[in-house]
Amino acid sequence: MHELSIALSIVETAAEQAERLGGAQVLAVHLKLGPLAGVVKEALLGSYELATENSPLAGSKLVIVETALRAYCPQCMQERAVVSVTEICCLECGTPTPQITSGRELEVTAMEISQ
Amino acid sequence: MTRQTRLVEVRQQVLKQNDVVARALRTRFRGAGVYVVSLVSSPGSGKTAFLEKTLTMLREEFRVAALVGDLATDNDARRLARSEVPVKQITTGTLCHLEAEMVRTALDGWNEGELDYLFIENVGNLVCPATFDLGEDLRLVLFSTTEGEDKPLKYPTIFNTADVAVITKIDLADAVEFNRAAAHQNIQSVRPGMEIIEVSSKSGQGMNEFLDFLRSRRLEARPQAKAAAR
Repeated sequence: MHELSIALSIVETAAEQAERLGGAQVLAVHLKLGPLAGVVKEALLGSYELATENSPLAGSKLVIVETALRAYCPQCMQERAVVSVTEICCLECGTPTPQITSGRELEVTAMEISQ
Repeated sequence: MTRQTRLVEVRQQVLKQNDVVARALRTRFRGAGVYVVSLVSSPGSGKTAFLEKTLTMLREEFRVAALVGDLATDNDARRLARSEVPVKQITTGTLCHLEAEMVRTALDGWNEGELDYLFIENVGNLVCPATFDLGEDLRLVLFSTTEGEDKPLKYPTIFNTADVAVITKIDLADAVEFNRAAAHQNIQSVRPGMEIIEVSSKSGQGMNEFLDFLRSRRLEARPQAKAAAR
């Protein structure tokens, strides 16, 4: 269960940003999460609640936007959707696609604030 | 003044802190000329036995050392100390994985410029270590023939973040009816082009091939390094 340490990092990042914005109240934090980031969405949501308790972010929401798994297909010679995390190949032609272009995201992208 | 709600763009990697430390470690290792290999696997896959064998064989030719992550005990570190190379324990407490900062702290008092290889054994866990870069050159994911050939399909993320798959306890393959072809196919499915090495730490099968592989990878990554230090 490493989601709690991830959640704590998110809270830290958001609190820092809120501070920078003149102590704004954070209502929600938006997070981009890829299927290969190694983080379970449900576990992260639960951990977020724990991590925000007694922090300036208490009561805020974590909004997770899941990204698609994509890779460069050497056969199609362009970026394509990948079948799944257990089948890393081009959805169009089935060629193996070792070069992942999207799917590892674990990034705070935005915050909803009130000030 | 009324309060207003608005959306502000942020764009920050959640693990930025870990990534910054990992990047600094990688630069430091390159400067020192030490080649760094990390190992991840589930508990009981034979990670410590494999590392013990590797350290014992490598120390004939090279200056080697190991950092060992463990939740609570120092059993692994004590086992590895039998290979007579410097070994340091990183006790993670309740933490299920190593982070770059823990590696950095553990290196205090060691001069990595006096090493050719440094091994980092992660906590036995196929989930959590996937997310954390440790600044290593090469990440090995181990799984044993006794765990079944579908392990890569159950833990695709860790296989995807690793560079090489090591199948351990290959001497038991027949006894447990391990399907080699299926195992290889599953690895290629989750990580196309992944290098696969089969070993038995007990019989020594595959160990020479593995060490040859390590030597060539080190020379590629550290062209200024000598082929052998002693």
